[in-house]
Amino acid sequence: METSVSTKQYVILQLGEESYGVDIQSVQGIEKIVTVARVPQAPACIEGVMNLRGEIIPVMNLRKRFSLKQKEHDEDTRIIITRIEDSQVGLIVDEVNEVIELDDEEIENVQIIDNNVDLEYIAGVGKIKDGTSVVTLLDLKTLIEDTLL
Amino acid sequence: MDTSQYMQMFIEESEDNLQRLNENLLELENSPGDLNILNEIFRIAHTLKGMAGTMGFTKMQKLTHNAENILSELRTGEIKVSTELIDILFNSLDALENYVDEIIRTGSEGHEDYTHLIESLNEILEGKGQEAETQDKAAAAKEPISTGEITLPEAQKNVVREAQRQALNVYQIHISLSPNCVLKSARAFIIFRELESIGEIIHAVPPVEDIEDEKFDLDFDLVVVTSHMEDEIKDILMGVAEVDTVNISRVSVEDKVIESVDAAAPAIEEIHQEPDQDEKPKTQSKIRPVASKTVRVDIDRLDALMNLVSELIIVKTQLEGIGASEAEDISYGESIEYLERVTTSLHDAVMKVRMVPVEIVFNRFPRMIRDVSRDLGKEINLIMSGEETELDRTVIDEIGDPLIHLLRNAADHGLETTEERLAIGKTREGTIELKAYQDGNNVVIEVTDDGKGIDIEKIKQSAIEKNVVSREIASKMSEKEILDLLFRPSFTTTKEITNVSGRGVGLDVVKSKITNLGGHIEVETKLGKGSNFIVRLPLTLAIIQALMVQLGDETYAIPLSNIQNIEDIKVSDIQYVQNQEVILLRNEVIPIIRLHEILGVERQEDKETLMVVIVQKGDKQVGFVIDDLIGQQEIVIKSLGKYLSGIKMIAGATILGNGEVALILDINTLI
Repeated sequence: METSVSTKQYVILQLGEESYGVDIQSVQGIEKIVTVARVPQAPACIEGVMNLRGEIIPVMNLRKRFSLKQKEHDEDTRIIITRIEDSQVGLIVDEVNEVIELDDEEIENVQIIDNNVDLEYIAGVGKIKDGTSVVTLLDLKTLIEDTLL
Repeated sequence: MDTSQYMQMFIEESEDNLQRLNENLLELENSPGDLNILNEIFRIAHTLKGMAGTMGFTKMQKLTHNAENILSELRTGEIKVSTELIDILFNSLDALENYVDEIIRTGSEGHEDYTHLIESLNEILEGKGQEAETQDKAAAAKEPISTGEITLPEAQKNVVREAQRQALNVYQIHISLSPNCVLKSARAFIIFRELESIGEIIHAVPPVEDIEDEKFDLDFDLVVVTSHMEDEIKDILMGVAEVDTVNISRVSVEDKVIESVDAAAPAIEEIHQEPDQDEKPKTQSKIRPVASKTVRVDIDRLDALMNLVSELIIVKTQLEGIGASEAEDISYGESIEYLERVTTSLHDAVMKVRMVPVEIVFNRFPRMIRDVSRDLGKEINLIMSGEETELDRTVIDEIGDPLIHLLRNAADHGLETTEERLAIGKTREGTIELKAYQDGNNVVIEVTDDGKGIDIEKIKQSAIEKNVVSREIASKMSEKEILDLLFRPSFTTTKEITNVSGRGVGLDVVKSKITNLGGHIEVETKLGKGSNFIVRLPLTLAIIQALMVQLGDETYAIPLSNIQNIEDIKVSDIQYVQNQEVILLRNEVIPIIRLHEILGVERQEDKETLMVVIVQKGDKQVGFVIDDLIGQQEIVIKSLGKYLSGIKMIAGATILGNGEVALILDINTLI
């Protein structure tokens, strides 16, 4: 199978009404919600640490990170396990929908969005379904390291 | 050619060989006539040289080669062992160690040539006439960077002059074979043949016979008369397999030294750049983190592991059988019990694999004490015992520096000078004892000297002068408390600073290092009789005994080593000192800390009695209020990872039986 150089795959996740995409290269797996041990004095968006097959990894609640209203975990709640360089981080999201392919032309730069939005961790906006719908593409490295380092 | 796969092996074996060289050299110093030791040293040095050469570390190879020359003269009895000689050899070993360190760090041997060492090595040989001299020259010529030093014999010079008259080109060609080359003489033969087809070889270093007998390392120099240009020659030679580099420079006879023609100069520059700076790092950059940690494991331990794993498989099969046959619970219970036994033993076995004897660290101390004793002009006898005591690899790696510090302290501040010793009727030779032994779940390492001991009054005065403590407090302090002042930052009682110790970085650094390892240090002393530093270290860092406690609906682990006891305290017994809750327990005032508040756990209604865990750090005691005790448990410490490493009061996390995570409290930062 040959994939064109400019096409990338994105895991599409849901937070409330909004869809976000993360580069599949940095996604290691998707887990159902498990018990997370709270860590005192950790940043507010860090829900705690979880046990992923013997590894302890921090878990970030994306709703908290984006200052959205909190929502009870339910059937659809997932933890996306991401790996940035050598460190893993879990991201709690409302649900994970699908994996899509986007090529460069379908990704818009983000300057168009107004100033109130923190653009640092937004890699772009992807147009899906023939341009009828959009997803916000997240730059995971910036998102995670800005919060935790 | 890629030698990276051998890199790890090279590093380990070189470290080993250097260590053995150190040990043997020490022995040689004590019994200078012993030919066996000398032979052993020679043999190891030779191996080391060969390995360095194979890996392409030419500088390291060159230095070893020069040291080997001396050794070989020692062997034939041409030179006698002297302290100066041993010193130089030791310095060479240090330089070689530096090379190895550099290789571990960067994958290349660096640019340090240690020319002064090579010079002093050769100075020793100097008195030894021409033979040694030419050997040196040959050695120098083998080093690619120092090409251009070939001195042509008079007869050959005439040939060159003749050639120049005929407008033929005379080149010096420096050829390096690839380190992987197996049949070096065969390669050299091919090279000779190629060159002879285009010109005439008039001189070779080393001599042609030696090259044919493979008596050369990887490179050799030829002087060739030819009508061809250097580019053509280079092309031809690079066409020969397993030739690594070819350096060509023009020979002119006027100055009897070889001079590079202008046109050739940049070319040589380029060639030099390539093999020495660019190429090597390139092949080795792939293996940049060269210093991955390894442990040598006794094969018996691996066998034990293997057996346990086979037992695990048996249990698995049993359990599968139960599932399939619906046979009743008896065998199920048995299998689980079996499984439990196997996992416990498996755990032990894996831990044992990580254990290494402290010998690895102790080994380098005799050499160090020898140097220190020479520096200080004191006679020191180092007695070591318990080298076989085992510690976790991670602890071993960290314990070296603190121990060096303690030993140096003992030698420098502890022991008196020889004159002082004789004056007070002590033996001429001072004794430092280094001993390791296991004590329960700890390993104890003691550094004892029979020197002057520590003057407690002097410490007290010094502490007051330096405003470490006030005069009143000092007068109330116990001996032990005063001795503990030694471990405070920048506290040193020596007046003058020596090379050996007393540079302000003192026992506080030792202490913090040991504390970081989960151990602790104390000192006992008798004025005039000597001091004893006692270091206690946990057997392993990965697994600890912990008390599991409940706070709200969260579970935390408190390392058992920190815990003194657990008390039920009546709320009515709590008193206040400056707004701080304290309790009076066996005549000691102990502050109470509500863990709920610190950890942000919702606090429950105070019951009539509180459960309090009394923990200790040094002489300080603190009571932690908890909700409930779960019990004592052996836990495996896991790190929280780099993102959460900033949280100081949590030492790590562990996974509980039910798969959930419990955090481990770091008592040192909580108190």
